[in-house]
Amino acid sequence: MTPAAWTAIRLTAELAAVTTLLLLLVGTPLAWWLARTRSRYKPLWASLVAMPLVLPPSVLGFYLLLLMGPHGPVGQLTEVLGLGRIAFTFSGLVVGSVLYSMPFVVQPLQQAFEAIPERLLEAAATLRASPRDRFFSVALPLARPGLVTASVLGFAHTVGEFGVVLMIGGNIPGQTRVLSVAIYDHVEAGEFAEAHLLAAGLVAFALTVLVTLYIVNRPRRDEAGAAR
Amino acid sequence: MIAASLRLQRPDFRLDVTLEFPARGITALVGPSGCGKTTVLRALAGLERAAGRITLGEEIWQDDATGRFVPTHRRALGYVIQEAALFPHLDVRGNLHYGRQRSDVESRRVALDHVIELLDIGPLQTRHTSTLSGGERQRVAIARALATGPRLLLMDEPLAALDAARKAEILPYLERLHRELALPVVYVTHAMDEASRLADHLVLMRDGSVEAAGPLTELMARTDLPLTRQDDAGVVIDAHVIEHDPEHGLMRIGHHGVMLWVGEADTQPGERVRARVLARDVSVTRQRPSETSVLNVLPVVLESAQCERNNALLRLCVGDDAPGSQWRLLARITSKSFDALRLQPGDSLFAQIKGIALM
Repeated sequence: MTPAAWTAIRLTAELAAVTTLLLLLVGTPLAWWLARTRSRYKPLWASLVAMPLVLPPSVLGFYLLLLMGPHGPVGQLTEVLGLGRIAFTFSGLVVGSVLYSMPFVVQPLQQAFEAIPERLLEAAATLRASPRDRFFSVALPLARPGLVTASVLGFAHTVGEFGVVLMIGGNIPGQTRVLSVAIYDHVEAGEFAEAHLLAAGLVAFALTVLVTLYIVNRPRRDEAGAAR
Repeated sequence: MIAASLRLQRPDFRLDVTLEFPARGITALVGPSGCGKTTVLRALAGLERAAGRITLGEEIWQDDATGRFVPTHRRALGYVIQEAALFPHLDVRGNLHYGRQRSDVESRRVALDHVIELLDIGPLQTRHTSTLSGGERQRVAIARALATGPRLLLMDEPLAALDAARKAEILPYLERLHRELALPVVYVTHAMDEASRLADHLVLMRDGSVEAAGPLTELMARTDLPLTRQDDAGVVIDAHVIEHDPEHGLMRIGHHGVMLWVGEADTQPGERVRARVLARDVSVTRQRPSETSVLNVLPVVLESAQCERNNALLRLCVGDDAPGSQWRLLARITSKSFDALRLQPGDSLFAQIKGIALM
């Protein structure tokens, strides 16, 4: 493989790792809130989180570009703050990826939290556990399968993104030229052999990830009905 | 003394109760499903928000007048529900230690070893919760609550999910708890037999309010409550063992100076026993019966009678005039006999007790 291909692979892995980490930090409290809230606006918030599932990535990318570009409000804010430009940088890619992969992290977590019987959290409360303590000592451990699913799907989905990257990242080697864009370039240039190498690699990656996920999260017999 | 006045208004349900639980012994909260007994318990625990005031001795857990509401995790209570609610991600030991680690040092005066021994948890400690039987789960749940050194134990139908055999397995543990720990317990149940076996005090609830409250033995002997409308109406007496008669498989128990014969049980003289005398097992005569096969015949005074269609429920006073030494029996006789004997309140009679069941 060419050094350029390795750079693209490394960049993709970095992007996916940073995105997944940020999503777990932001998405876990969000999922917990969505699972527990009795707010009238819950359907609205849940829909906003799910939007990237149905919107073409180019739509999300387009609006992010408007927001983060040199004339957009976010772009101007970052200039004023001395952070420089975000569009067409790695940071811009991270922002886009976090939004784009949000449902893949939040939804499995939310479902896992919703499946925890209320009586277990109440039992924890009667055993002197504060709300924060209940979250860390009961909710998170019981949501472990959801946490694994969320991490894996968040990572894998970020690896596979294309439309958003193209809109707000462009195609800068070592900065924003991730695998999916690299494959596109190879095809455009008629370099099918190189395209094949990367594409087949991604197919193998996706298959491995999903098989591993299903094996890890297979319900164990001794824990079947364990949430009773 | 635990005092609570609670009010709650829901579209289809209204709760308005004022309760006082003694700081000792088991208080059973009994009533049909939907009467609000579980809501009361949840409000005591702080899991449900009702308007009002809750105090435990000097401690104020809730007082709407001052806006005080102590959250559940800061109330020194134990809470046990029907489904046990053990944490599936922890083993038995992990469950036992969960609350204990989080209790303050002072609350841990309850020795964990003692709790483990009391409920026979020792051999279960390394087991995973999913491998426990229903009865074992419930024992672990009770031990887990006790390990926090609570000042009040709240139990919501702890036996309701168990079959008769499992119930029989748990009941002795609850009785042991009662004997060995000076811990007030509020016990919610719809099963009067559980209440009459365990409780010292009784609160009868109906449609979100308190119908009657008081010492169990007193309430069981009242003729004006729905308790006595059931076929198994009867009184409960707390007696002590006097002597055994192994030859006849009997033993004598004493209650306020009155001796009664009951079937022999594995007990020591002096030990306290609770017995139940059903109203349908008691009959009355005007003259002291001679040469009767009935072992227990007591002189009584008819206090009052409640007549229904074909039978009459008599409330009988046993014992002399000395204050505190009197107790009551209930007798259910046919209204035909009631008329034939021309019974009047104040009549001196003899009660023949055909059966006394130790509980």
